[in-house]
Amino acid sequence: MNDNLLEIKNLSIEYVTEDGRFKAVNDLNLKIRVGETLGFVGETGAGKTTTALGIMRLVPNPPGRIVQGEIIFEGENLLEKNIKEMTSTRGNKISMIFQDPMTSLNPIMTVGKQIEEVIKLHQDIPKNEITIRAEKMLETVGIRKERFNDFPHQFSGGMKQRVVIAMALACNPKLIIADEPTTALDVTIQAQVLELMKELKEKFNTSILLITHDLGVVAEICDYVAIMYAGSAIEYANIERLFNNPLHPYTVGLFNSIPSLDEDVDKLTVISGTPPDPSHLPMGCRFHPRCPHVMEKCKENFPQAIEVEEGHFVSCFLYNKETVKEE
Amino acid sequence: MSDVLMEVKNLKKYFNTKQGMLHAVDDVSFKIFKGETLGLVGESGCGKSTTGRAILRLHEPTSGEVYFNSENILNYNKTQMKAMRKKLQIVFQDPYSSLNPRLSVYDLIADSLYVNKDVVSKNEIGEQISYVMDLVGLEKRLVNSFPHELDGGRRQRIGIARALILNPEFIVLDEPVSALDVSIQAQVLNLLDELQNELGLTYMFVAHNLSVVKHISDRIAVMYLGKIVELTDYKNIFADPLHPYTQALLSAIPIPKYGLERKRIVLEGDVPSPINPPPGCVFYGRCRERMDICKEVSPKLDVKKENHFVACHLYNGIDQN
Repeated sequence: MNDNLLEIKNLSIEYVTEDGRFKAVNDLNLKIRVGETLGFVGETGAGKTTTALGIMRLVPNPPGRIVQGEIIFEGENLLEKNIKEMTSTRGNKISMIFQDPMTSLNPIMTVGKQIEEVIKLHQDIPKNEITIRAEKMLETVGIRKERFNDFPHQFSGGMKQRVVIAMALACNPKLIIADEPTTALDVTIQAQVLELMKELKEKFNTSILLITHDLGVVAEICDYVAIMYAGSAIEYANIERLFNNPLHPYTVGLFNSIPSLDEDVDKLTVISGTPPDPSHLPMGCRFHPRCPHVMEKCKENFPQAIEVEEGHFVSCFLYNKETVKEE
Repeated sequence: MSDVLMEVKNLKKYFNTKQGMLHAVDDVSFKIFKGETLGLVGESGCGKSTTGRAILRLHEPTSGEVYFNSENILNYNKTQMKAMRKKLQIVFQDPYSSLNPRLSVYDLIADSLYVNKDVVSKNEIGEQISYVMDLVGLEKRLVNSFPHELDGGRRQRIGIARALILNPEFIVLDEPVSALDVSIQAQVLNLLDELQNELGLTYMFVAHNLSVVKHISDRIAVMYLGKIVELTDYKNIFADPLHPYTQALLSAIPIPKYGLERKRIVLEGDVPSPINPPPGCVFYGRCRERMDICKEVSPKLDVKKENHFVACHLYNGIDQN
């Protein structure tokens, strides 16, 4: 049996503007299994959020355009669905948690009503049951149901993010896309929200695509990790392999850039240069201008993903056996 | 104590709001030694940025004393203060909103000189600008660029150059890397470190990211709701945190390592409002170790071990040496 809940094949998304074509996602391949949490890591402009919007079919068009690829969810290609089918998928089978809880809630509607709205839209159940279910959702995320009729501004940041999580979970989705769900929160509040998400994912066996730039958060909650650079996944593995044996020079550089809490380092080893401009992506491997191990080959050709050890994929010529023979 | 550059005593900064007095900084005292970096950490709203601004009189403190080279700068008049500001500089968090979008890199950096009436000749300005641009690692060709053409890391370098051109002795770095990506963040942290060694600068580094603060600081002060709850050197804070809040804060940081077994202290609830805070310890409501005395008496920041200041009644039995 195929246990992939979501499979992305050769996905490319671009934004066409007056200044040119910005290739946000380039030939991306990815999969998420049932009940699995995939960490989607990368820096600003790596195409993380665009991919998420692509899965939801929410890439603003114009200027955005899905150029090619397939997004297979539960065996069906989401890109072939019509608007009506998509509407019944969003919020129901796939739901999204956005980064900033302050702006993703309606400020003039009580939180209870906002949760009810999601359920009403997708489930055919009587009104009083909707309310009961919405109240239960609030309690699931640790908010007393007496606060059902409070407005978002009466909640703190962490509590608002809980409300957003309650909304995302309300219809018992198969997949949750969480876009930097704890970035706007303080550490102690982040710890609360992460504990909650861990608990909920075990309870409901929901798959999560967790978009983040914080490798600490990934270590905390994810099963697998995909490292994004300039619109493609350059390394993919389970967290044990990725954290203990990072292979791609960018991944290694990323780990070295984080100041460590338990070791004293005088000087951080940095990745030189800056992430590439998506309107002028370098030829060949997109990381080559910043790569300490750059070879001639890297400037011309884009390295395909290679399975270096079981389930550990990396897109880098350093690990290409043929290259090693040639050199 | 000749090597104390700055001493802050009983600094308070209250804001008058509709709901009442907001105690942003509530009776804070500390010293900063020459050439060191003092890290100031805490969560949003704990008063760390306000402290950074109040000691530079960018917010006029409500009460307290701020000694810089043994002189209380709070007694300075406008002219004296203006001259003093050259020595006391600040770099702001967001390189996207702290730079005037209509000024070129040249004008942005020269602005510091104009404002402080340090203008000599045009040639000299040009020389000074190219000197600081070199210092902070900005390529010369960018001198006529505008902020929107540059990435976050380069913009933050402009912010640093603006501070450096006045030859300051002390710089408040207010979350200078939190708006930057990790790879760029590391570049800027290294730059700040190099500049400190080269120019003998003293920093106060305000940030919420503990691993960044640990990397750059010599001593670290932890703030909670307007008060410093613990102050010691950077190793102690991580090896031997004494205050229950510091312990919880440290255990909450996600560490990018696989299979780390850690005991996490998850704090209940949120930071209470700083408006008309109740008497007693500010951390009382969320503390796991609270006692009756904590509700009544606010603990003082005292030496409990060598060079280790804590404000907590748990350590009342331990006498300062």
